[in-house]
Amino acid sequence: MKSGLTVFLAAFVALGASWFGFVYGPLEQLGGEKQTTVLQSPDSWPPQRTGAATLGLQVYRKYGCAACHTEQVRQSDAANEIWLTSLGDHKPQDFRDFIQSLMIVPELMPASNTIVGKLQQWGGTVPVLLYSGDDATVVSTLAGKLKPVGVKAEVQVVALGADIRRGWGMRKSVAADYLYDEPVQLGNLRAGPDLSLVGVRDPDANWQLQHLYAPRSIVKNSTMPAFRSLFLVREKAGEPGSPEALVLPQEFAPAADMEVVPTAEARELAAYLLSLKANAPLYEAPFTPVTAAK
Amino acid sequence: MSNHATKTICSTDIDASCRLPLLALFGGAAVWLVLGLLLGLAAAMSFHAPDLFADCAYLSYGRAQAAANDLLLYGFVIPAGLGVTLWIFARLSQAPLALPIVPVAAANLWHLGVLIGTAAILLGHGTGHDWLEYPRSGAVLLFAGFLLAAVSAVATMGFRADREMYPSHWFLFAALLWFAWAYSSANLFLLSGHPPRGVVQAIIDWWFANNLVFVGLALMGVGMAFYFLPKFAGQPLAGSGYTLFAFLTLIFFGTWCGIPQSAPVPAWLPAISAFGALLTLIPILAVAIIAWKTAAPAAFSLGGGPFCFVKFGTCSFVVSGFLYLAEFCPRYSRAVDFTWFGFGVTQWQLLGFAGMIVCGAIFHILPLIMQKELPFPKLAKVAFFFFGGGVLLYVIPLLIGGVVQGLKFRQGIDFADISAGAMMFYRISTTGQALILVGSLFLLLNLFVMTIQWKIGLAKTAFAAVTAPLQAPIERRDREVTP
Repeated sequence: MKSGLTVFLAAFVALGASWFGFVYGPLEQLGGEKQTTVLQSPDSWPPQRTGAATLGLQVYRKYGCAACHTEQVRQSDAANEIWLTSLGDHKPQDFRDFIQSLMIVPELMPASNTIVGKLQQWGGTVPVLLYSGDDATVVSTLAGKLKPVGVKAEVQVVALGADIRRGWGMRKSVAADYLYDEPVQLGNLRAGPDLSLVGVRDPDANWQLQHLYAPRSIVKNSTMPAFRSLFLVREKAGEPGSPEALVLPQEFAPAADMEVVPTAEARELAAYLLSLKANAPLYEAPFTPVTAAK
Repeated sequence: MSNHATKTICSTDIDASCRLPLLALFGGAAVWLVLGLLLGLAAAMSFHAPDLFADCAYLSYGRAQAAANDLLLYGFVIPAGLGVTLWIFARLSQAPLALPIVPVAAANLWHLGVLIGTAAILLGHGTGHDWLEYPRSGAVLLFAGFLLAAVSAVATMGFRADREMYPSHWFLFAALLWFAWAYSSANLFLLSGHPPRGVVQAIIDWWFANNLVFVGLALMGVGMAFYFLPKFAGQPLAGSGYTLFAFLTLIFFGTWCGIPQSAPVPAWLPAISAFGALLTLIPILAVAIIAWKTAAPAAFSLGGGPFCFVKFGTCSFVVSGFLYLAEFCPRYSRAVDFTWFGFGVTQWQLLGFAGMIVCGAIFHILPLIMQKELPFPKLAKVAFFFFGGGVLLYVIPLLIGGVVQGLKFRQGIDFADISAGAMMFYRISTTGQALILVGSLFLLLNLFVMTIQWKIGLAKTAFAAVTAPLQAPIERRDREVTP
């Protein structure tokens, strides 16, 4: 390469192509995103945040919370499941024989070994998982055959993966979840837990505030820094003190005549955390929201 | 400028023409390096003593770590890299630096931007986008400063005596384009007042981070390595055809990495990134082979000094590059997603690769532009061991700790226990940070004592000129009288 122009052109084309693919492309595909609908529900997703929660997002940004917390749930797979919840008046042995007899149905053939195998050791306790796998037709066929004979079964779609087993999400995170975030802070390190579902896991604002003020008063070996600067420690104006004051365990409480009161920022941050509830099934990330009686 | 005119210029004049701009760029960079490492240590303290900064919001982990990362990248690596680029371009062109006053102004704008940006982050005005935390006021100054410095660099390249473009030219020239495009584009989209909706912000940020921290630094660092390795080894750069191949594959494939496999975005984006990462193995291997063939024939020594810095940096590029690409491996990357692994790789790229090469270059260039030996040459040699040892001690525990974290996560161990368990690795890594800090102090010391000595020398000359006995301007009076 003799001339600067050749180098410039090569570099320009290379970077331009990637810009076109990773900046322009996503802008075209997702830049005009709107609310979507929740599966089997009239609701829209994502819901608008309250004013306090919207301000709380800025507090989250200010303190760089995303340096240690992610807001994205990974999912390795999804499964269609059918659970037997009640046998009706049938005996377990009869049910086992009935299932055995169903295995000649063509739709059930591919899964016959797993279904029959599962029931081999079964002693009759319900609920029991009859089938869990990719094949939705197995589940629907089986459900169709069980219904007329008076046996109750529940069909559900579940998301699988380490994050979901941990209870950090009900499904994977999808692009639509961040529609109202400005800025979008997905985070890339889990020094602390994922927060996508924290509003469902710990829905109590006072719990959130206490955790911000003294994380180790709730989780003993927590590595989270305390954010005492979000709180005012002030003298009580008479007994019993402010209704907003935190109720702290002895070890973490201030002197007897003092109280710990959250500032506006602390309350906004707590409101934001409570607004993090990625719990709606969507077309691109389906699951059955009602937890079956297991 | 004719060839004849430039040929008469000797390298001493070229070096002297770089003195002011390089001092301005390097001096600030060394200060930011020390400050960045100090802030990084402060951030790390939040893990060792979680209540230490509970009442001091300015130093809470999220702010201090973001400010530290940005100081290392924008404060140290890029301005120092710009300085080295200017000098390499001048040397390759066999011509003095074009418009030498422009990069001085650029350096001042740049450092002011870094100061504003850092203060903004610590005060809670960071933007919340990774690597783009500086608010608009800081970002604009950085970009203006960068453009000015780039003008001088490109002009110097344009005046080159030998029309042939060397491999260092391609890499360093492309690095200039990379920063200008990626930084302006990402800032315009994310901080312009009408940012795109939703997750597109994260996608643009990933694109930017990949193109700046991976491709941009790779172009800059490899460009410098391809200049210094042959020079120090006393060998021509091995395999000129491979070099072009490495350059083209790096810019055409490397730019497509960056989207994490678990990202909540349409599946085509992470799929392309995985494929891009696979193909980017090629340029990294090519760079490894070229560097090995060039440097291996030279006598092996570990005595410290610029050659050691550049060799360490090049090895770091190859290893950290492979680890970086591993983060885009479908399925298996889940083991290291969201752990200290990714953080460790980034720090390795920043400090172990780009930082090391730039440091070595500064130690090499400084005596040349000042035409004077380093004031503490022993400290400069020892700095290598502090830097190199520090980087390894800083990064390797984080990498191992990250993998352990990921494996434990899959086993379903209680999360608080996983995080607490990672602290052992984190503690070791903090000692590494402290070692790097000591090394950076040696750099700062050399640079500042040298600058001060030079300034004292200037003042002495000026003083001597002022106090010299006046000579009566006889001839002039004659001339005035004559008409």
